[in-house]
Amino acid sequence: MTGAEIVLRALKDQGVDVIFGYPGGVTLSLYDEIYKQNHIRHYLCRHEQGCVHAAEGYARSTGKTGVALVTSGPGATNTITGLANAMMDSTPLVCFTGQVSTSMIGNDSFQEADTTGITRSCTKHNYLVKKTEDLARIIHEAFHVAGKGRPGPVVIDLPKDVIIGHGEYIGPEQVIHKTYQPKVKGDMARIREAVAMIAGAERPILYAGGGVINSGPDASKLLAEFAHMTGLPCTLTLMGLGAFPASDKQFLGMLGMHGTYEANMAMHQSDLIVCVGARFDDRITGRLDKFAPYAKKIHIDIDPSSINKSVIVDIPIVGDVAHVLEDMIKVWESTKAKIDGTALKNWWKAIDGWRARNCLGYKKNNDLPRPQYVLDRLNKLLKDQNAYVTTDVGQHQMWAAQYLGFDKPKRLVTSGGLGTMGFGLPAALGVQVAHPDAQVIVITSDASIQMNIQELATATAYGLPIKIVCLNNVALGMVRQWQELFFDKRYSQTLFDRQPDFVKLVEAYGGKGIRVEKAKDVDGALQAMLDHDGLLFLDIRTEQKENVFPMIVVGAAHNEMIFNSEESESTGADEDVVLA
Amino acid sequence: MTDPNKDLEFHTIAVLVDNEAGVLARVAGLFSGRGYNIESLTVAVVSRSQALSRITIVTSGTAMIIEQIKAQLERLVPVHKVTDLTLAGAHVERELALVKVRGTGEHRVESLRIADIFRARAVDSTNDSFVFEIVGDTGKLDAFIRLMEPLGLVDVSRTGIAAIARGADPM
Repeated sequence: MTGAEIVLRALKDQGVDVIFGYPGGVTLSLYDEIYKQNHIRHYLCRHEQGCVHAAEGYARSTGKTGVALVTSGPGATNTITGLANAMMDSTPLVCFTGQVSTSMIGNDSFQEADTTGITRSCTKHNYLVKKTEDLARIIHEAFHVAGKGRPGPVVIDLPKDVIIGHGEYIGPEQVIHKTYQPKVKGDMARIREAVAMIAGAERPILYAGGGVINSGPDASKLLAEFAHMTGLPCTLTLMGLGAFPASDKQFLGMLGMHGTYEANMAMHQSDLIVCVGARFDDRITGRLDKFAPYAKKIHIDIDPSSINKSVIVDIPIVGDVAHVLEDMIKVWESTKAKIDGTALKNWWKAIDGWRARNCLGYKKNNDLPRPQYVLDRLNKLLKDQNAYVTTDVGQHQMWAAQYLGFDKPKRLVTSGGLGTMGFGLPAALGVQVAHPDAQVIVITSDASIQMNIQELATATAYGLPIKIVCLNNVALGMVRQWQELFFDKRYSQTLFDRQPDFVKLVEAYGGKGIRVEKAKDVDGALQAMLDHDGLLFLDIRTEQKENVFPMIVVGAAHNEMIFNSEESESTGADEDVVLA
Repeated sequence: MTDPNKDLEFHTIAVLVDNEAGVLARVAGLFSGRGYNIESLTVAVVSRSQALSRITIVTSGTAMIIEQIKAQLERLVPVHKVTDLTLAGAHVERELALVKVRGTGEHRVESLRIADIFRARAVDSTNDSFVFEIVGDTGKLDAFIRLMEPLGLVDVSRTGIAAIARGADPM
């Protein structure tokens, strides 16, 4: 078989039905092979970064490994942001990059880049294939590495002569990785200790993250089961939203920098934090030396390097979330463990007190719609819909996390760790391709959407009926917010003097655009958007001065939140006493 | 919580890796990318038949950082095994240096005398120079090189530390 045939065969055997790519000189033979077959659908994005984000959207909304295919040199370098994003957010990807012929490597040949060198630190692993005979094995290994353990992106660099050359094909069942075999079962002794610690706690809290979603649908079910049998409150990271139902009364909302008052206060006052598939990121912990001062910590994570990285924990459990939770539930039942009822009741009383503050409250505006209002209304309209949401990065992303409720995992696809503006639209391509009948909604802003706006062409070319809600405040909102709060309102390079006419722009790409400038028009526009059967872009003008609250500023602790001044006057430390 | 800047420890870590292109770059890149220190790093093939290389790294950091370094090394796909020799028990560390000294007369005689004390061997000799080969732990090599300085030290080449656990067990 030729290298190109091997690639296509290996993809088929790995169960790949969709790839996102962009052709070029050195991948011509591969594209010729794609032309001749019909079991794999190739989506032509308009930029290689778009290809990778689309593959991420596909992976994040399905749990399968996403596949991208790009050419050498600039094709490969354009994937870097996407790969770094997938690395930070533990997204399984296999990205094929073309490379100049092996004899030309190192000669500064046309469209040559040291792809394995450049991508080494933003991939879980990468390969430069030097012989066609190695190709099948490497592809199967790459899928194994990308999907197993803590998922991540893997690059396979394919020199032109390797694609053209001949070699033997071997199937996935013949490839066993000699070193990479991550541990999925947690240590039972530690699990028993953890159960005893939870049973002995008075103010415990579950803090769960994207690891629950990556572990698969069972993990979310088990998390809810464990929360219900123990009575623990549960908070989620941005990456974890949907891993525990937002509508569950034990859910406290998102935690961290823009988390809810109740979630952050509960973390601060808790005496035991059970971290499930999250990583104590700095946007979660705030000031480390004041983080959860009264709490013991249990940390379940499949990646041993996540443990004790920033926060020292009392009981680390290395393993896959679903496996560990399953064992914890068994042990909880078999030991008839139970948390002291009075303590738990008092704990919930304190939490309900924090909840009563209604930290996400906002006043309605009659003129320009408030972004919170838009998302609140959208949330209501999406209640009974089969909907997926992607976001870009910034204020709109935080409002989406605060005001949209996700009851199921994999429904929110956002750029968490890297914070990649320009992620939302291309990610939505991948989500819509994977779920053709679902409502796929991009929450974005006038700043973010202009990074990768070219993917509107991809969406309309393939008839993908993506819905784009652009919260347009004519500013780089989150940076503007920080300038207002911390730089004495010196808005350096964050206000846009001129913007394109988004409605006309979208129409030029073949979609439909609607501009909304009044709060009273929001409902009608959202409904029209959801009813429309093609790509639709809502350009919603919002108040520029609107800020995301509550907020824990950098260097502050969880009990030092600042709030919307219209909603509450309070700033500074709250109730820093250990609850009796 | 402990102050992350105090309690700096030195650890010698042995890493068994696939002998493949780029593996050293992965390890070195991990250290530079995450801001870890490398005091010494050596690498060589230890099994041609199994295509394995052994990397010996001497690094410094707090106990928490050292734990991170080991976990991050284990996360690299071509890594077979990571052993912290400093924690694993007694181990032997050796380094080899080639030391070039130029001089005549009393300096030349003195350098030979010191070499004798340190059990360094002259592996090259001209009328006005020696190249000494010296093996030992880092402290011994440092001391020898310091003594050679006033005697006409012109060049030093050191291998970095190779280390292995004492006793019968493999890593």
